[in-house]
Amino acid sequence: MFAYLVRRLAYAVPILIGVNLLTFYLFFVVNSPDDMARLHLGVKRVTPEAIEKWKTERGYDKPLLYNADADAAGRLTDTIFFEKSLRLFAFDFGRSDDDRDIGRDIRQRMWPSLAIAIPVLLVGLLIEITFALLMAFFRGTYVDVSGVVLCVILMSVSAMFYIIGGQFLLGKLLRLMPISGYDTGLNAIKFLVLPVIIGVASGIGTGSRLYRSFFLEEAGKDFVRTARAKGLKEAHVLFRHVLRNALVPIVTGVVAVLPLLFMGSLLLESFFAIPGLGSYTIDAINRQDFAIVRAMVFLGSVLYIIGLILVDLAYTVVDPRVRLS
Amino acid sequence: MIRPVVLWTDALLYLLVVVVLVIFFYARRQPHLRAPWRQVLSRRLASASAVILLAYVLIGLLDSLHYRLPLKDNGEGGEVHYAVEVLSVLDYLLGPIRTRTEKTYSAPMATHLYTKEAVQHADGVQTRVYPRLEYGGRQLRDPERDFRPDVLRRAATALLETALVSSLLLAWMVRRQANRSQRPLRVILRESLPGRRAPPWMVIWITVSVLLLLFFLAVNFAAAYHVFGTDKVGQDVFYQSLKSIRTGLVIGTLTTLVMLPFAILMGIMAGYARGWIDDVIQYLYTTLNSIPHVLLIAAAILMLQVYIANHPEQFETTVERADIRLLFLCIILGITSWTGLCRLLRGEALKLRESEYIQAAVSYGASHARIIAQHILPNVMHVVLITVVLDFSGLVLAEAVLSYVGVGVDPTMNSWGNMINSARLEMAREPVVWWSLLSAFLLMFALVLAANLFSDAVRDAFDPRLHER
Repeated sequence: MFAYLVRRLAYAVPILIGVNLLTFYLFFVVNSPDDMARLHLGVKRVTPEAIEKWKTERGYDKPLLYNADADAAGRLTDTIFFEKSLRLFAFDFGRSDDDRDIGRDIRQRMWPSLAIAIPVLLVGLLIEITFALLMAFFRGTYVDVSGVVLCVILMSVSAMFYIIGGQFLLGKLLRLMPISGYDTGLNAIKFLVLPVIIGVASGIGTGSRLYRSFFLEEAGKDFVRTARAKGLKEAHVLFRHVLRNALVPIVTGVVAVLPLLFMGSLLLESFFAIPGLGSYTIDAINRQDFAIVRAMVFLGSVLYIIGLILVDLAYTVVDPRVRLS
Repeated sequence: MIRPVVLWTDALLYLLVVVVLVIFFYARRQPHLRAPWRQVLSRRLASASAVILLAYVLIGLLDSLHYRLPLKDNGEGGEVHYAVEVLSVLDYLLGPIRTRTEKTYSAPMATHLYTKEAVQHADGVQTRVYPRLEYGGRQLRDPERDFRPDVLRRAATALLETALVSSLLLAWMVRRQANRSQRPLRVILRESLPGRRAPPWMVIWITVSVLLLLFFLAVNFAAAYHVFGTDKVGQDVFYQSLKSIRTGLVIGTLTTLVMLPFAILMGIMAGYARGWIDDVIQYLYTTLNSIPHVLLIAAAILMLQVYIANHPEQFETTVERADIRLLFLCIILGITSWTGLCRLLRGEALKLRESEYIQAAVSYGASHARIIAQHILPNVMHVVLITVVLDFSGLVLAEAVLSYVGVGVDPTMNSWGNMINSARLEMAREPVVWWSLLSAFLLMFALVLAANLFSDAVRDAFDPRLHER
């Protein structure tokens, strides 16, 4: 088990190096810092001096990979690659292009992100599993068929419509809750209700249909037939035999996305003006702040890899037949 | 003379049409390929969806034949200058809708503007009224009195036209069916009654009739009104949402197709060759997958923006610039989405290479290339087909989200994402402007729903695992 974990972590390193090289290539080789400076300064104010000043202020004036002017170790460390890319491995995100401490921003903004993502996940899971169980219980009947059709219809609506429609209906017409905004502490709850409802609603279609297929897969197996042949009640079969076995793919699927909850939801957060990491990312994209985008790419891939490792661990926990070696 | 303009996405779209037609005529003669397709079309929902999808594709293809009109005042020496505006055949067919712009917002089917304007009367008194629209309902002398009869008349015309065309269509279909099956007409008609084991052509006829009705309604009303109102700068919203169809289709189809050869090759190689090749390919797709997709797309699009900003001389018109961005978006979306297919194909190839018929081929001395081309490739094509069809609706939806984030299609391009994006501010207006959102919603929803229903049927028909149960 421990040896396995160490091996998985060692395997993560080349992946992170790959991500790092790719972002370095995209941000510094495909387009030089000069191009970025020109884009930021706008067409009118571009002079060689202004570009130099912009680059110096942000530390982009160094050579890319090898600094011939520096001495000894400085030849490799006093470069853009070392300063901007390798430092990410120590979770030193540096400063954004408008000179804010990215690491502090992330630590501050992950809490509102979690405050939305966790309720959306839990409430959504509960509703989706219930709905899917209902369809599985009535499989083959009109309840099941209309349930599936409803799921497909819900799936076919863009998340944007859920958000705009929900804001309009619940926030503007019925005036049940504030349309957007955020507050600290417990006051935040009234701002969180609407995004959570919308977040849950937009996921119901996809989730329920997926879980229904998990349930039906288990329901077709031999041990379920045996359970029925023993004369167990259908509800008992469904909860004790089908649900418990179908929970394996459900739990591992959820565990895979757990770390990514930190990243927040891009759409929900920006529509509801919640100061989380999702809206942070969108703002950075809109302001073309490359330093933040780079940091978020790296953070996202770290979290993804943690998710992969957690999935393997979760398999051993929920399914005793699986042993890691 | 008009000058044809071939955009990158136009060329790829028509290339795709050619490929699909070739596959279609090939598959028609193969009984094992015909059977699953027949199963798909025997489902009512799927055949209705197929008709709707075809209608969308038709509009999209008409919108993919571009040209530029010559300017009236030509330069010296017989040199012909062309307008910077790039038009498509669809623009031509829609005719005046494109150019009939009002001052600002107007509601669907309205005869008056949505905002009040100060009007100076002859006697010097200023009043604030809703002015008449320049084009919407222009033919009405007194809108209050004439509006209702005019609408009724147009609706009745549309109904009559639909009845005429669809009954002709029905007669043709029944005749064809009767000729084919050599049974009396009476039997065929009785079998198609609801509740009977109706052949899907009845469903197809109903769907076509509904589409015809919508078509004739649109033709009759769009001639005199703004069916879905106008937007902030007075452009017809109905026109915008029709033009957005092409964008959605391009994103949904080209994205998977751009990366398809690559994904197939890598997936099969990883599964078939195993060893270090497998390790390298697995490393590649795990790395790509680990980057949050939105951020990877954002990073790539930002880089493209920098490139376009620094090389303006390479793009003759704004349409060409927007088109390059669309193509690039397809490629980058493809890069983020090929990994799933690649993993599936790897697993399938791993399984197949142990199968008996491949062992047999190996023992006969068949080369690797031959085994892959003859034995593995045809046996994984169902996975490819299912993935391509299933991905389509997700990609159409993704376009809207990406446009909102600011890394989608060019802001000057008509797309549902851009429409929803602007609708966001319109919904916050007082009084609220809802028609842009509704129009984008209806057209997008119909496409995505049809695609979802169709892809479900395709998956059920082609996935062998589902047959075993």
